[in-house]
Amino acid sequence: MPAIKEYQTVAEISGPLMLVEMVDEAKYGHIVDIELGDGSIRHGQILQVENDKVLIQVFEGTRGIDVTKSTVRFLAKPLELAVSPDILGRVFNGLGEPKDNGPAIIPEKRLDINSKPINPYARNYPNEFIQTGISSIDGLNPLVRGQKLPIFSGAGLPHDQITAQIARQATILGEGEEFAVVFAAMGITFEAAQFFIDDLHQTGAIERAVMFVNLANDPAIERIATPRFALTAAEYLAFELDMHVLVILNDMTNYCEALREISAARKEVPGRRGYPGYLYTDLATVYERAGRIKEKKGSITMVPVLTMPEDDKTHPVPDLTGYITEGQIILSRPLHRKAVSPPVDVLPSLSRLKDKGIGEGKTREDHADLYNQLYAAYARGKECQELATIMGEAALSEEDKKYMTFANKFEARYVSQDYYENRSVETTLDLGWELLSMFENAELKRIDVKLIEKYMPKFRKKEREA
Amino acid sequence: MSETKQGRIVKVAGPVVVAEGMAGARMYDVVRVSELNIIGEIVELHGDLASIQVYEETTGIGPGEPVVDTEAPLSVELGPGLIESIYDGIQRPLNSLVELEGEFMSRGSALPGINREKKWHFIPTVADGTKVGPGDIIGKIQETTLVEHKIMVPFGVEGTLQRISEGDYTVVETIGVVVADDRTETELKLMQEWPVRNPRQTIKRLAPNQVLVTGQRVIDTFFPIAKGGTACVPGPFGTGKTVVQHQLAKWVDADIVVYVGCGERGNEMTDVLTEFPELKDPRSGEPLMRRSVLIANTSNMPVAAREASVYTGITIAEYFRDMGYVVALMADSTSRWAEAMREISTRLEEMPAEEGYPAYLAARIAAFYERAGRAKCCGSPEREGALSIIGAVSPPGGDLSDSVVQATLHVVKVFWSLKGELAYQRHFPAIDWLTSYSFYKQYLRECFEDKDQGLEMEELTTQAMSLLEQEAELLEIVRLVGAEALSPQDRLALETSRSIREDFLHQNAFHEVDTYTSMDKQYEMLKTILHFHKQALAAIETGVETAEIFKLPVREEIARAKYIPHEFVTKVAKIRDTIDEHIKQLHPSGVS
Repeated sequence: MPAIKEYQTVAEISGPLMLVEMVDEAKYGHIVDIELGDGSIRHGQILQVENDKVLIQVFEGTRGIDVTKSTVRFLAKPLELAVSPDILGRVFNGLGEPKDNGPAIIPEKRLDINSKPINPYARNYPNEFIQTGISSIDGLNPLVRGQKLPIFSGAGLPHDQITAQIARQATILGEGEEFAVVFAAMGITFEAAQFFIDDLHQTGAIERAVMFVNLANDPAIERIATPRFALTAAEYLAFELDMHVLVILNDMTNYCEALREISAARKEVPGRRGYPGYLYTDLATVYERAGRIKEKKGSITMVPVLTMPEDDKTHPVPDLTGYITEGQIILSRPLHRKAVSPPVDVLPSLSRLKDKGIGEGKTREDHADLYNQLYAAYARGKECQELATIMGEAALSEEDKKYMTFANKFEARYVSQDYYENRSVETTLDLGWELLSMFENAELKRIDVKLIEKYMPKFRKKEREA
Repeated sequence: MSETKQGRIVKVAGPVVVAEGMAGARMYDVVRVSELNIIGEIVELHGDLASIQVYEETTGIGPGEPVVDTEAPLSVELGPGLIESIYDGIQRPLNSLVELEGEFMSRGSALPGINREKKWHFIPTVADGTKVGPGDIIGKIQETTLVEHKIMVPFGVEGTLQRISEGDYTVVETIGVVVADDRTETELKLMQEWPVRNPRQTIKRLAPNQVLVTGQRVIDTFFPIAKGGTACVPGPFGTGKTVVQHQLAKWVDADIVVYVGCGERGNEMTDVLTEFPELKDPRSGEPLMRRSVLIANTSNMPVAAREASVYTGITIAEYFRDMGYVVALMADSTSRWAEAMREISTRLEEMPAEEGYPAYLAARIAAFYERAGRAKCCGSPEREGALSIIGAVSPPGGDLSDSVVQATLHVVKVFWSLKGELAYQRHFPAIDWLTSYSFYKQYLRECFEDKDQGLEMEELTTQAMSLLEQEAELLEIVRLVGAEALSPQDRLALETSRSIREDFLHQNAFHEVDTYTSMDKQYEMLKTILHFHKQALAAIETGVETAEIFKLPVREEIARAKYIPHEFVTKVAKIRDTIDEHIKQLHPSGVS
């Protein structure tokens, strides 16, 4: 281990960045401590080294730092998280330091927060269905263990309730094993973070949770490190302690904004909307840490939350996220206005890994055909809804009206449910059949005839009775 | 290696490192950076300063550390052992790395691309004393049950073959020598190297003339790709680019498939890895993996290696083309490759063109696709090979005016446009029939042994396409004035187009039977749908109500034709008899 060196040669400070000169043996990516004139300590990371000039990003911001009195200590190591099984149940700040007045963690080991990429050959394909108890997820966009499935939300939409519900209810079918929850808050309000933490307390899940909290009024640059601390903790729990971990990152938009701030301060050529050109790669190094590994029992399932500016999903943050994650759950403002809750916009939502996680032996044999049919029918119903708003209901054909009725019922009964209602996957599937029973068998082109014959009569009977 | 070419690092900024003392180094030479021995490539020279793009994480590297020039360009190893391999962007075998270093990728690993220990049974196909030149096939190896690996004389070697013999060799053992006219001897090995950024030579380029059958109905029937052709699949996220690529990799009628996962999801590559060994090739019944080479540089792996991955892939593909094979390369996604270029370019502080992409973006993309094609290969025996490229493009927000899409459209001959709305309706493959195109349509008829059948197929596709176009117009009218305003004929046109969309174009990649449709079955299915249209039209002319026609139970049979296995393709044809029967019942006077 090289000796720790101290320098008082700060040359420039601008925005979140600081330039130190005449430095010997600085390494890219390593961290520094900055001691201010008043003895307080800040943290920084090396962004660039050129000869003896070192560019440092200061996590806590540069306010109050001066050029003459500050001492920069080069710690000759990358950012690390001290881990031990004791991290469970604890709350840390955005830089991985305890925030809950509890004792310091006695480290079993220290892990580099930029862990190495998983070798694709060592990955195990995610195929175990997670029951979240939410129909619009379980029935139509199932989550599987090891998947990364973000929630695309907007300001004022109830993503906090949904993530809390997922954290509360998620179980592996048949195993009943509960998830350990790692929660990273990045620039969200105290209220939102506390809501989540309180919810974990109520269910007792806090015992199996680790939290990294960077609130809206905490230093913005710190947020760049927060998800990496959280994921390092998650990797430790999953791949060394064999736990199944659910990671919730809320809110990735704030993370990207912090990244943009650094990029702008470095005067880099901006990409779309001022975000740096490497945003995709950077996000990938966060999201791709989810997964399963062969020969390891644990897994990391990730539910990042992001708020789409102006509900625009072509905005760089949701756009690039969607290209990396395995699907997305999109929340819709019009549905929220219609009091459909959770307001999941079913049509553009998607789970890419669903096909291997459902079906006989996992959920039920009819699952795949059923969601295909529900999608097709709802898509048509939606079109009819729109047509009706333009030309009036009278202009619709009988068939169109039927599809419109279906769409309305589907939103009210299937998508809508209480935040504390935990539907089993069978309940969700049966509900699908019940709604489809208003169509003739011949109209259900996406479902295998054998399945229709097996499942439908029960619901037809019910329908007639009703 | 000469000691003079050792420089030292002066600057580290992300994936770009600048070293001094590099005078004499050449552009695109491979260098070893720091004590970790990380691989890099020289991308800029200023006096004795060299900018290097580094293929691995640079955390912990700083000024003063050494940089050693290997004085060779970035190359891949070509020889038996490629098939069934999975490599990263610079041809490091990922499967061996797991055994060596564990589940996470470490830095500075230096495993060779091709296994050095494995012995291969080599059978010469020419005798001692034969005059040989570059590209000549001198022997063969049964690499897998599906691939006969032909051993070729490397480029630059010419003379008389000596001491060649059958036997079991590793890739580095000498299988024979070539004695040149000046008596210099070159040892021949099973393996050769090739710099990835240079296209491999051929004697002559030929125009593509055959359809590359994919078993995907919308592609084969409406927008076919040719053997040696190029195609691109742009679309916003969630429209199924990757599923289309996977489907092609699985079912395409090629001898060799090279799949490049360039900056995409790790789990998708795992999917390919777990599925390919289990899936059976519909023609030979052998596992698909036995004809595939996979390159996986996922999005979280180093960005410079991502930039190299498409070149690694295409060079391997060209090598198999040179053996006279039909090769298909899938690159998913070329946008990530372009972004890697952009990232390196930004770090080099180059002046950007549109959207921050470097000004040479279009040229690089064009040069890449130009490496596809049908060609007369070098050497004897005389042979032809073909290399098709299918590139996925992921434009931001699905916007087709994106630089990468536009640069790609300038060079490719097939355009499969994926549309968000179709995907939301779960209409997959979400290829938009109105905006997609193919320049290889005229070869469709050659897919059928019977010439008349080929011509008929052409007519059927034209008719189906015009119905789909008519549908778009009619829907516009319905939106304005309601369905009531349509004539019965128009209503039928709408129903038939719906049937074409739902019963023909829609194809379920995850259904055991539906995932692949033979050309014959495609013909029968389309013919049946249009036969119904013809008979219904005739019935309408004689005054039958459209509602009566739409209620016919035979329509369900048409809808389910896609699930009839290929062996029972005659059953699809029989549906046409049922159609005639049912329509006749509506209209006793009979319609022929």
